[in-house]
Amino acid sequence: MIDIWFLTALILMIWIALSIIRVAAGPTAADRVVGLDTINTIVVALMIILSVAYNQLIYVDIAIVYALLSFVSTLYIAKYLEGGF
Amino acid sequence: MLWWELVIYIFVAIGLTFNGLGVIGLLRFPDVYTRLHAATKATTFGSIFTSLAVIGWAFAQLISTGNSWNLTLALHTFFAIICLLLTNPVGAHAIARAAHRSGVKPKQAVVDRLEEVKE
Amino acid sequence: MLPFIITTIDALIIYLLLTAGSGDFLYFWSPEEFVMGIFLSIIVGALARNYLCHSKNYRMLNPVRWLKFVVYAIGPFLFAMAKANLDVAYRVITGKIRPGIVKIDPKLNTDFGVTFLANSITLTPGTLSVDVDEDTNVLYVHWINIPEGEEKKEYADIKKVCGSFADWARRVAE
Repeated sequence: MIDIWFLTALILMIWIALSIIRVAAGPTAADRVVGLDTINTIVVALMIILSVAYNQLIYVDIAIVYALLSFVSTLYIAKYLEGGF
Repeated sequence: MLWWELVIYIFVAIGLTFNGLGVIGLLRFPDVYTRLHAATKATTFGSIFTSLAVIGWAFAQLISTGNSWNLTLALHTFFAIICLLLTNPVGAHAIARAAHRSGVKPKQAVVDRLEEVKE
Repeated sequence: MLPFIITTIDALIIYLLLTAGSGDFLYFWSPEEFVMGIFLSIIVGALARNYLCHSKNYRMLNPVRWLKFVVYAIGPFLFAMAKANLDVAYRVITGKIRPGIVKIDPKLNTDFGVTFLANSITLTPGTLSVDVDEDTNVLYVHWINIPEGEEKKEYADIKKVCGSFADWARRVAE
C-alpha cells in the first residue's frame, strides 16, 4: 500500500516536467504564467501525496502555505502583465 | 484486496488521469484562454481526487490502528483542498484578464464582445 | 468594532482547526496553542479588519446562508464540476472547439454575489470568466464551444452559459 504513493508521486512529477515545456515554449508571457499556475496546483497535490509516502504531517502544512503564497505570486504577475500599478 | 484499498486506487487513478488531461490540454490547445480552461478545471479536479484518496487512506488507518495522527492528516488535507478550490479560479480569472488587457487576442474566435467595449 | 471582532473570530477558528490534536485542554488543544492563537488572531484582526469586511455588509453572518452554501457546494456545484471535466477531456482528445468571448448580465448587485458567480463559472462546463464591468456588474465570459447563432446576440442566454448558478448566487449572497 505504500508503493502506490511513490508511483503516484512519480507520475505527478512527469506531469510537472511536461508543463515545463509550456513554460519554456509559450509564445506570450501569459502562456508561461498559465504553465506556472498548473505546476503550482500539481505541486500542492504532490506534497500531499508525499506526506503520506514519508509519514510526515509537516508536508501538508507546507502544501497549504505553498497554495496560498503561489496564489499571491500569480496575482502579482497578472497585475504586472496588466501594467496598471 | 480490501474494498477500501480498491476505492483509494480508483481515486488515485481518476486524479492522475484528470491531471494528465489538464497538462495535455495545456500543451495542445491553441491560445491562452483555451489553455486556461484545460489547466484550471482539470488540474483542480484531479488534485481534489488525489487528496480525497489521502483522506480515505487516513480514515482507513484510523479505523485499523486507532492512531489520532491520521485524523489530523485528514483535517489538514481537507483544509488544503479548500485552499485550492478558493484560490485556483481567482488566479485563472486574474490571468485571463491580464492577458486580454495586455493585448492577447483569442485565436479562432467567432465573437469577442470585450474587444468591442474597449474601443 | 464589528469588523475587528469578525476577523479575529475567523482567524481564531482557522488557527484552532490547524492546531487541533496538540494536547488535552478542551480535549484537542494544548493551553499554549490556545493562548498563542488568541494573541495572533487579535493582531491579525487589528491589521486586516478593513479588508475582510470591505463592503460594510453583514448579511453573510446569517447561518441560513451558510447552510444554502453547503447545499450548493455538495449538490449542483459538484455535479457541474464533474460534467465540466468530462467536457474538457472530450475537447482535449478531439480538439473540437469554437471559442469566443460573450457578455452576460446576471443582474446581481453585491460584490460577493458577482465573485461567487464568477468563480462558479470558471469551474463549470466550457466557460471562463475574463472580465467584469464594475459599474454594471456585467460579466465577460470566454466560452469554449459557442452554439450556432448565439454569437449574434448582444447578451448571451444566461441559462446556456451557467445554468441555474445565477439563481443560486442570488439565493446565497443577496
